[in-house]
Amino acid sequence: MPLPALAGLILVAFSAVLLIGLFLLKDRVKASFRKIPAFSKFNKSIGTAVENGTRIHFSLGSADIVRPRTAASFSAISVLRRIVEMAATSDAPPVATAGDASLAILSQDSLRTAYRAAGADQQYQADSGRVTGLTPFSYAAATLSTIYDEDISSHSIMGGFGAEVGLLTDATERNDSFTLAAADSLPAQAVLFASVEDPLIGEDLYVSGAYLNAGRAHMVSVFVQDTLRWLIVLVLLGGATMKLLAGLL
Amino acid sequence: MSRYFAPAIAISTGLLVLLGYFLPLGSLAGLRVVIVHWAVVLSGAAVFVGVLNLLSVHVKKIRTKEKNNIYSLLLIASLLFTLVLGMISGSNSSIMSNIFNTIILPVEASLMAIMAVTLIYASIRLLRKRNDLMSIVFLSVAVLVMLGSAPLPFIQLPLFGDLIRPKIVNVFATSGARGILIGVALGTLLTGLRVLMGVDRPYGGK
Repeated sequence: MPLPALAGLILVAFSAVLLIGLFLLKDRVKASFRKIPAFSKFNKSIGTAVENGTRIHFSLGSADIVRPRTAASFSAISVLRRIVEMAATSDAPPVATAGDASLAILSQDSLRTAYRAAGADQQYQADSGRVTGLTPFSYAAATLSTIYDEDISSHSIMGGFGAEVGLLTDATERNDSFTLAAADSLPAQAVLFASVEDPLIGEDLYVSGAYLNAGRAHMVSVFVQDTLRWLIVLVLLGGATMKLLAGLL
Repeated sequence: MSRYFAPAIAISTGLLVLLGYFLPLGSLAGLRVVIVHWAVVLSGAAVFVGVLNLLSVHVKKIRTKEKNNIYSLLLIASLLFTLVLGMISGSNSSIMSNIFNTIILPVEASLMAIMAVTLIYASIRLLRKRNDLMSIVFLSVAVLVMLGSAPLPFIQLPLFGDLIRPKIVNVFATSGARGILIGVALGTLLTGLRVLMGVDRPYGGK
């Protein structure tokens, strides 16, 4: 087996063991996260939307399910499911838009499951999860009509986006509604930094489940993510030190 | 039944693909390729379902006389026109290529151009909304890099193109980007593991 593949396999196996181990430790692992204002503001905006009878919009991006960017879409779907469970009693059903057909089907499935879990099956509407365009820019352009026309007060723009995300955040800003925004690509993150009040940068997208109390597995995975990050930092520092020493000796 | 069936299929196929990637043994690697091909075929079939979903959403908008439903009518007419034309002339015909090259491509390019204006406006708003050190650094770096890359008429700014821009792009931006990408990669890994363990189910089922 080539060395990079072996290293990858060891990393995946180590992460899986750590994830399962910490998950089984149950309450012995206490949660203590740094404060991310975007999540508390988002929770507040969900409450306001339910009270006002306005809609919540989930923009899931254009990453399809057969590429590595799928993880960003899956994280966004976790958020959708958690929030819809919380807001299932709202008069105005949340709406999810996707730039990929398979992602839209998954969003419909998650919406149905969330309503069922909240005991509000009758609230589910099939057109709440929809495809709005099949290329990144056509998706962004078509989602603008959803943002402007559907009485939305809270947006979750999370998933696989490129620079086109700027069109969506500009529209939400003009609409004076709250936006929780995160993306997996660097150009999109740069655009979000300039256009959203509290953007989520880097791995913040993948910890959203933990911050929105989506379950113990999400909390534990943040611990594992932090542990792995420190390990990588140590490996990088070790490598740099060894290279420096090799140069000096 | 689907409560157990869907996670069982998802987890087992996920594990097979993962093992096939790391352990490229004959049968396992072959199985991985077959499963990935199935996913591509399913994803293609999903596009058809997606188009039907798009149609139903816009038909509902017209039926219930929602705001701006004229655009829905336009969308349905264009969709049906392109579909019929594509079925008659074939998807690789010159008519279809022309439709793509003369309508979709310029429209998307125009949207990209609008993005540039939107970003300038957003950058100006940034300082008003978030007046902190990081915003100032962000905007200053953006201006420095632009001064180093933009073709300016009549003058050529010394240092910007030769020293400052390469230093920012090749050293600071690259190292920062790598840091962010390591974080994204770890997040991707953990999200994948949660799905593989069945604790996170994006495909529904509780």
